Formats: sequence, structure tokens, C-alpha cells
Amino acid sequence: MQITVAGTKKEIKDNTTVSELIVSENVETPEYVTVTVNDEFIASDKIGSTVLKDGDTVEFLYFMGGGSVR
Amino acid sequence: MENSVIKMKKADFEKILGHAKSCLPNEACGLIAGTVNDNVREIKAVYLLTNTDASNEHFSLDPKEQLTAVKDMRAKGLVPLGNWHSHPESPSRPSEEDKRLAFDSKASYMILSLMERDKPVLNSFRITGNDPKTSEKEQLVIEE
Repeated sequence: MQITVAGTKKEIKDNTTVSELIVSENVETPEYVTVTVNDEFIASDKIGSTVLKDGDTVEFLYFMGGGSVR
Repeated sequence: MENSVIKMKKADFEKILGHAKSCLPNEACGLIAGTVNDNVREIKAVYLLTNTDASNEHFSLDPKEQLTAVKDMRAKGLVPLGNWHSHPESPSRPSEEDKRLAFDSKASYMILSLMERDKPVLNSFRITGNDPKTSEKEQLVIEE
């Protein structure tokens, strides 16, 4: 089936979960990445159980923050 | 990341400067997007986002605004290049906290210092490695 990951169309196996996609896409420091599927934010405890469907659009959003101290 | 160059239009610099000043005394933040050709990154759009920490010494981007900005980048055919934030009272260099929270080795991290209010300083860095993370300044070119 075909999905769109970060703006690029990709073929993936049926029943691929979001966590499997994170691995196959070599996402750096996934613990600090928020995932959206069709603009819905996926809770971190649902990443392993969320199965992707044909036509889904996935974005990986890095947590972005910092501070001026230290 | 050899000889990485990042180009920015003066109007975009003034856009983030104006926003950062309007957010004082708090830190301001946002995203940058554009194009990449070999070692040259060209900023074509800057995004002004909410600092959800509302703090003068820390920032976090709002994830919902981040998603909206990323979708706008895609619609314009641009790629995410990184983020920018201000240091109201400290120099334009990554703090230890900035480095600790830099998770994307491909991103440019721009820091606008307002330590001297009438002499703002903007620099761009790449932050890579782990334990310790290291920062390397990019060559920033601000064009008319």
C-alpha cells in the first residue's frame, strides 16, 4: 500500500504500525519525535498499536526547544 | 557538514527580529524553510511560532503550530531547514540546554541574541553527535 511520509510517497507493507515505520525510516531519537497521521497527533503509548492504512499521511515532528541559560 | 552555508533575505531577518523584540522579555521562536543545494541552504520562509514556555530563559515550539507550518512548507515546495530562537540576555551561541534539546542533526539552529538591544546578533549552527553534542557555526549570508 502507499502512504505519504514527510511529503514523500512510499510503498509499505500492509498492517505496518507507526512504530515499525519509525524504525524503517531511521528516525533519529524517536523518543523526542511526535507523530501525526492525517493531522491527528498519535499518543506515545499508541504508536505501537496504530496501524497505518493506504493513503495515510504521516509527519514526524521533532520536539524543538532550548534555553538561554547555561 | 563541510563549509555549510545558509542564506537568508534581510526582510526575513527583520521579520524574526521584530517578532523577537515584540516577545521581550521572553524568548521567541519559530521555524525556517527553504531549499538545499549541496552545502548551500537558502531560507525562503520564516515562521513565527508561540513559545509555549512563555519564559525569558527557555522555549518550546507549539506542536500544532509546528504541524501547520510544516504543511505550509510542503504546499510551497519547501523543505524544513530547522528552527530559530532568541536569547534575550545571552550571546548568540547554543547553550548546554540548546544542545541537549537538539535532536535533529540535519537541522540548522539559528540563535538571535538581543543581549545588546541595538546590536542584534544572529548566528546559525548545526548540532551533532552525542555525549557530548557539539555545535558548529554555519556561514550565514544575509542578502538584500
